Amino acid sequence: MLSRRILLGFAMAGSFAMNGPVLAQDKIKIGAVLAVTGPASFLGDPEAKTLKMLADEINAKGGVLGKQVEIVIYDSGGDAAKAKQFATRLVEEDKVIAQVGGSTTGDTMAMIPVFEDAKVPFISLGGAVVIIEPVKKFVFKTPHTDKMACEKIFEDMKARGLTKIGMISGQDAFGKSMQEECKKVVGKYGIEVLADETYGPRDTDMTPQLTNVKAKAGLQAVLNPGFGQGPAIVTRNFKQLGFSVPLYQSHGVASKGFIDAAGDAAEGVRLPAAALLIAEKLPASDPQRPVVVNYSKAFADYAKQPVSTFGGHAYDGLNILVEAIKRANSLDGEKVRDEIEKTKGFIGTGGVVNMSATDHMGLDLSAFRMLEIKKGDWAVLQ
Amino acid sequence: MNGGTAMPEVMQFLFSGLTVGAIYALVALGFTIIYNASEVVNFAQGEFVMIGGMATFFLYAAGVPLWAAAPLAIVAAVVVGLALHKLAIEPARGASVVALIIITIGASIFLRGVAQIVFDKQYHRFPAFSGETPFHVLGATLLPQSVWVMAGAACAFALLWQFFERTLAGKAIAATAGNRLAARLVGIDTDRMIALSFALSAALGAVAGVLITPITLTSYDVGTLLALKGFAAAMLGGMGNPLGAVVGGLVVGVIEQFSAGMLSSKYKDAVAFIVILLTLFVLPHGLFGRGRIERV
Repeated sequence: MLSRRILLGFAMAGSFAMNGPVLAQDKIKIGAVLAVTGPASFLGDPEAKTLKMLADEINAKGGVLGKQVEIVIYDSGGDAAKAKQFATRLVEEDKVIAQVGGSTTGDTMAMIPVFEDAKVPFISLGGAVVIIEPVKKFVFKTPHTDKMACEKIFEDMKARGLTKIGMISGQDAFGKSMQEECKKVVGKYGIEVLADETYGPRDTDMTPQLTNVKAKAGLQAVLNPGFGQGPAIVTRNFKQLGFSVPLYQSHGVASKGFIDAAGDAAEGVRLPAAALLIAEKLPASDPQRPVVVNYSKAFADYAKQPVSTFGGHAYDGLNILVEAIKRANSLDGEKVRDEIEKTKGFIGTGGVVNMSATDHMGLDLSAFRMLEIKKGDWAVLQ
Repeated sequence: MNGGTAMPEVMQFLFSGLTVGAIYALVALGFTIIYNASEVVNFAQGEFVMIGGMATFFLYAAGVPLWAAAPLAIVAAVVVGLALHKLAIEPARGASVVALIIITIGASIFLRGVAQIVFDKQYHRFPAFSGETPFHVLGATLLPQSVWVMAGAACAFALLWQFFERTLAGKAIAATAGNRLAARLVGIDTDRMIALSFALSAALGAVAGVLITPITLTSYDVGTLLALKGFAAAMLGGMGNPLGAVVGGLVVGVIEQFSAGMLSSKYKDAVAFIVILLTLFVLPHGLFGRGRIERV
């Protein structure tokens, strides 16, 4: 009995020693709460794969500040409550030095208070402008905002003389936010919103709402703010009902998964997206070309699936973080955060990033390209 | 509110209501069959729909032609249904009905988890059976696949009716439902009949999944909401009454689509729950159900 107790004692002492601070200092832990499954899996799945791929690349080149990078990924399933639980776990148990995550606006907003309180930098992959406006000290984001998407789309509509539009928006945080942002800026482009319908994130039939939109006299275009499964069904329903006007989507559908799910109905749909989707078609003079072509090839080889802008946002986020850590030459939250804020002239898959104390995203409208879906692929509009 | 809803809009709401209602009807029928045979409300019913859709997609993606993938998927669902009965329901045969219902809820969660591993976590669809060019009827559009859904549901109902009225096995299940002890006494293997009811319900659910996926897409978690709405439909029609299940399904589907189109799309999912509540308050036995009469 005594020898067993001694053995147990050794085992316990041994495990305590293993869990001591010694091991933690050898690795840089970066957290990532992503929506790998669920309605936002179009977003979270490529993001998770990209982070793993990039971390492997960085570690192969010697890591950061001489240490290996470890990405701690948790799957929120697109559920904001779960995301918040995982955020707390990242900060308190895993003791990450930063997070590159929050696939959706909903998940991100739930996690922000946790990271602000813990003073840990958080680079979000969510879309809505509310993530960075008003500016929060430790929160940044890499994707273009919904407000920018509205502006880019309205620019295109105005150029085509489309001034009376219908809107059908997802009820998720991003869809709602973009719906509001679009309604705020619509007047600047001389556009009038004739119909304003919504659908739930798990709805499978939007024909009633679209029927109402179609009934509006003088309708010239339809805009669908949202992401994930919803827009695919909206697009199919749109074709079924035989609309004769153009359909605009947001950058929330910027992945091949959308084209696969929407099928032929996606033909002619327009959306603002990062240059990443048309990497090979960029002219040699475009400063983004080397970065996006590189990432496209690397991701396609690693994940055996076509590239998506969501993976690109994760790629940019981790790169921005790593460069900030190098410049700060420290893992301290405040110092890293200061350096992230000083990111200037960073060429990412999403565009050229110039952050500042008042702009925690750093992209402008030129970072968005207007694309049209032709023959199941992305085509640039001149 | 939308002013002046005209005939084309009403027809459009009606078509989409009947299409989705036909699916709820098939799920509700599945509930009804198992409930009739064993008094168990099988909350894993939605998962059979999911298996029908997902298995068909994965077989199709692996190269099996659609006309073979669909029946194979239905067989897979039947196997799962039989396994559910054999492994989860039969061993607990002496338990109270509430305990059995909770077991089915647990089974549904388990099946969803397994689906994520065996299949994957993305959304999928396969091509519609006869193309996607919509018909134009009375100013509204109707997808060919919707016609398949409604015809499929009607066929399933007709076949089931024949089965229960005309075949020995069908009558044996009805006997088991009427009085289990008496059925055993006349030599009916009631366990086998209950297993058969699970197999039938699974087949119905899988058929629904196969028919609806080209329209609504499928993924590992579509079962949950479908089970709840099918349950609402079965309650509305009178739990245990097959005609009630079909009528209930169509009514829930149509009310859902009309309220999304004419009131607000925000509360569409609430419709099914409101139906359950109203049914329980106003018409506890549903439209076609009869009260239980027990001889004292």
